Amino acid sequence: MTTPILKKAAFIGLGAVIGLGSIFAAKAQAEEQYLPSLVYRTGPFAPSGIGFADGFADYVTLINERDGGINGVKIRLEECETAYSNDRGVECYERLKDRGNGATVVAPLSTGITYAVIPRSRRDGIVVSTMGYGRADAAYGPVLDNVFMVPTTYWSSMTATLQYIADQEGGWENLQGKDIVHAYHDSAYGREPLGVLRHYAEEYGFTLHEMAISPPGVEQRSVWTQIRRIQPDWVSLYGWGVMNPTAIRTAASMGIDVSRMIGGIYAAQDDAVEPAGRSAVGYKAVTFHGPGADYPIYDDLKQYVYDRGLAAGDGDLSGTIAYNRGLINAGYIVEAWRQAQAEHGEGRPVTREETLWAWQQLTIPESRTEELGMGGLMPPVEVTCENHEGPGLVLIQQWNGESWEQVTDWLEPNRELVEGMYKASAERYAQEEGIEPRSCD
Amino acid sequence: MIYRESGQFKKTYHADQAILPLRQDQIFVLGAILFAFLVVPFVASNYAMNSLLLPFLIYSLAAIGLNLLVGYCGQISLGTGGFMAVGAFAAWNLALRTELPMPVIFILAGLITAGTGVLFGLPALRIKGFYLAVTTLAAQFFLIWLLQRPWFNNYSPTGVISAPSINMFGWQVDSVTDRYYLALIILVIMALLAKNIVRSSTGRKWMAIRDMDVAAEIIGIRPMATKLKAFAVSSFFIGIAGILWAFLYLGQLEAEAFNIYTSFDVLFMIIIGGLGSILGCFLGAAFVVLVPIFLNVVPSWLGLPLGTAMISYIEIFIFGSLIIFFLIVEPHGMARLWSIIKQKLRLWPFPY
Amino acid sequence: MAFFIEVLVGGLLAGIMYSLVALGFVLIFKASGVFNFAQAAMVLFAAMFIAGMYGDWGVPFWIAIPATIVLMIGVAWGIERVVLRPLVNQEPIIMFMSTIGIFFALIGIAEIFWGSRSRTLDVGIPSDPIFVGDMLFQMYDLITAGIVAVLVVLLVIFSQKTRMGRVLRAVADDHQAAQSVGIKLNTVWVVVWSISGVVAVVAGIVWGGALGVQPVMVDVAFKALPVLLLGGLTSIPGAIIAGLIIGAGEALAEVYLGPIIGGGIDNWFAYIIAMAFMVWRPEGLFGEKIIERI
Repeated sequence: MTTPILKKAAFIGLGAVIGLGSIFAAKAQAEEQYLPSLVYRTGPFAPSGIGFADGFADYVTLINERDGGINGVKIRLEECETAYSNDRGVECYERLKDRGNGATVVAPLSTGITYAVIPRSRRDGIVVSTMGYGRADAAYGPVLDNVFMVPTTYWSSMTATLQYIADQEGGWENLQGKDIVHAYHDSAYGREPLGVLRHYAEEYGFTLHEMAISPPGVEQRSVWTQIRRIQPDWVSLYGWGVMNPTAIRTAASMGIDVSRMIGGIYAAQDDAVEPAGRSAVGYKAVTFHGPGADYPIYDDLKQYVYDRGLAAGDGDLSGTIAYNRGLINAGYIVEAWRQAQAEHGEGRPVTREETLWAWQQLTIPESRTEELGMGGLMPPVEVTCENHEGPGLVLIQQWNGESWEQVTDWLEPNRELVEGMYKASAERYAQEEGIEPRSCD
Repeated sequence: MIYRESGQFKKTYHADQAILPLRQDQIFVLGAILFAFLVVPFVASNYAMNSLLLPFLIYSLAAIGLNLLVGYCGQISLGTGGFMAVGAFAAWNLALRTELPMPVIFILAGLITAGTGVLFGLPALRIKGFYLAVTTLAAQFFLIWLLQRPWFNNYSPTGVISAPSINMFGWQVDSVTDRYYLALIILVIMALLAKNIVRSSTGRKWMAIRDMDVAAEIIGIRPMATKLKAFAVSSFFIGIAGILWAFLYLGQLEAEAFNIYTSFDVLFMIIIGGLGSILGCFLGAAFVVLVPIFLNVVPSWLGLPLGTAMISYIEIFIFGSLIIFFLIVEPHGMARLWSIIKQKLRLWPFPY
Repeated sequence: MAFFIEVLVGGLLAGIMYSLVALGFVLIFKASGVFNFAQAAMVLFAAMFIAGMYGDWGVPFWIAIPATIVLMIGVAWGIERVVLRPLVNQEPIIMFMSTIGIFFALIGIAEIFWGSRSRTLDVGIPSDPIFVGDMLFQMYDLITAGIVAVLVVLLVIFSQKTRMGRVLRAVADDHQAAQSVGIKLNTVWVVVWSISGVVAVVAGIVWGGALGVQPVMVDVAFKALPVLLLGGLTSIPGAIIAGLIIGAGEALAEVYLGPIIGGGIDNWFAYIIAMAFMVWRPEGLFGEKIIERI
């Protein structure tokens, strides 16, 4: 009789050990620059998270292996799995922020986590880098001085997408009377570009049909039956996760021309087209970096990372969209550090203040992206006090069944329109939060 | 020896009906509360307070709420996530659209959640068991859908909104320690409340319904009023937990985040902790909050060269297996283990 | 009118896909009274093994699919041994929670083997559109409906004509009476979990072909639950008919009601149909009437 009780007591003991386990802290190594990486390699959205995490880690490995770090300062990357869930994301942020000699920059990789991290990062003085996702209005610099939307936002990319559509139709005046469908993930993410779309619909006289698809979007027949009846001229797709391939597949099977479907920046990854198989051939999407692996940096990656067996994950995702996004996000972070070192002293890890300074003036001209071996892959940026996004360059790519092909050069968004929207939204936020926007003069 | 009631004589009915009749229990609970108030904030690291203790306290509150419904009244609900979201969004909208003080907002939002709970509790009058469990999923999916309508997040372009700062009777709740104290105070008050509710005639009626509803009806308990009261009280607790989750822990609100897996997590807590036990809620919450994090960090302590992804897969597998394991070892939860240990300690070291 | 029929037929065919997952739930609930939440994880598990063996190891489908079926039988045996046997006679909610444990464990195992990337699973079911007058239907859906029909016929033959089928029905009627005439409950459970494993393989192939094989496939379970409820937890024809009703109702509501109240309603609409129906008839369409005595 006593033995099972003892066993049971042992389990309670196990619980106690788990409770105490938190008081560990990693040993700081002073000469390394610490980089936390919040990734989602599992969970419902893992197919897009894995590629990003691999690219992010491989770029850091490349810098350490090829250059011996930034001016000799090695980067220590530590991953933490969020599974795209907000509470795990916050836990990761709190767990990693004081590791090493302190995190200076974080990429939360989810809008929900970004919102939770922004107030914390402001207290801690850590830079938040959100590529495309997160708060679009953070592109207006004066309100949130530590949050950066480099290189683009949903709003910017949507204006550029419409520019592309207008070009294809032979000019803005030809949009008059056209039918454009916005098929979106029924959540705030999907509704985000609606403001831009409605503005343009009014200005240029096309009819905008807003079609909500309920997440996760495993069953979309009825939505696309309706869209087919509209006979749209163009379809903008803002899905996420499994919704994208299902949408493309369903649309194609209903006879909708996928080459007149343009995915948003998170309907532009390989996991959107691969599961859709043959039906996705011709599908287009907007993205903020060059597709494919035809860049000089890939030669270095092969020589210093892949061939040395240092590739992150399974090492078979290089050249995918998500992987390239990981590369350029790490690229911006490393360049910011490099500029911080150039200003504040080379050969030592930079502090949070120095990193923040570097991001606030981050300037990477086209020539520099070529030096990095990422010409055409990484969009050039120029951050100012007022503009935390840069020029917001995007391009349109098309899926040929095997890989993405770039079909346009960098497209400029309608800066005038989006900057007005950023400012209005950011000022409203500042008022709610009681933040005094800083002056940029 | 250690745990013995001999010598403690109850001289009045009042003493016999005390919430904790045994002196050892009184000392233990009082000690735990004092420890949580006076010692923990000074020894726990910032990380532990922020990412382990705060979610633990808040989930404990949600688990107490659900346990009132499932453990005491026998109505299975899978809508917890939805009700937490209702509480959080009600509080956020009240804070946005009215000038009411924060404590009033908390209570009003709790009441709104209670009302929602009653509404979705109505089918319980006809439906039982798993059929009811699945119908509560209607609440889960419908409420999340509803709260994603733009009005509820005040037309925020991302749909994620920042929680307002909290001012309780002039106390600006800002630092981690403040947030910890606020959660702790609310939890202690509400746990005592729950403990007393289940000892009252209401709680006894719930248990009668749980054990056999037809029999309970025959001895004069009105099933409709009793079940709906359970839904209301339970939802009130869960709603408050939702507010704390959004306002104190995450600092942001997003309807999608209160998904079906939140509901499962809270249900796990009460099953692993022990159905029909307030203590079990705390044990279960500790298990569900801490074990995944523990499993996630343990390979790096041991220096195992596993990738983040592999660690997570193993974590999912072990978490699932642990649930099965606990159910096999003790289907009545950790609270039951605790009471078995207490029984043993009564006699120890002379069991014969 | 053509548009209406198109939506209706699309909905009915979608409903059949839901029924396929609901079938697995019904089989297990009928024979063992366990509400098996892990059914969706079994679907994902089977699909990941087929797609993984085909994609990573280059195993052709005609080997990968039978191998996965064998694997599912092994899983059934393991679940019976490790989970059901020690928990026999526990309260239903405990059994339900243990299946949620199985849910996580199975997903964990599948991911340890194959990771959580999305994979394609194309076993060669054609997906060309077919035009009937103006209306457009999907080859894929029609073939799926055919597969489900064959599966149901096989299940019916199995339960009516074979010895094991009779045993299963006896157990479903009365556990104790079945045991007293010498039926081994443990064997029955292994058999019935194996059958739902096979149903999961079929569902995995069909759903995997439509969605790609990725972790989010388990969310298909939340589409199947209202079907299960409406059909009654214990009825195979109930699962099919309820699937048709839910599928059609959902599609029509999405098209005709969605625009009025804001679109994207099909996540909860099926639950509301089921809930409203349950209030009227608590045991579902074909469920066994619950008689309570003191």
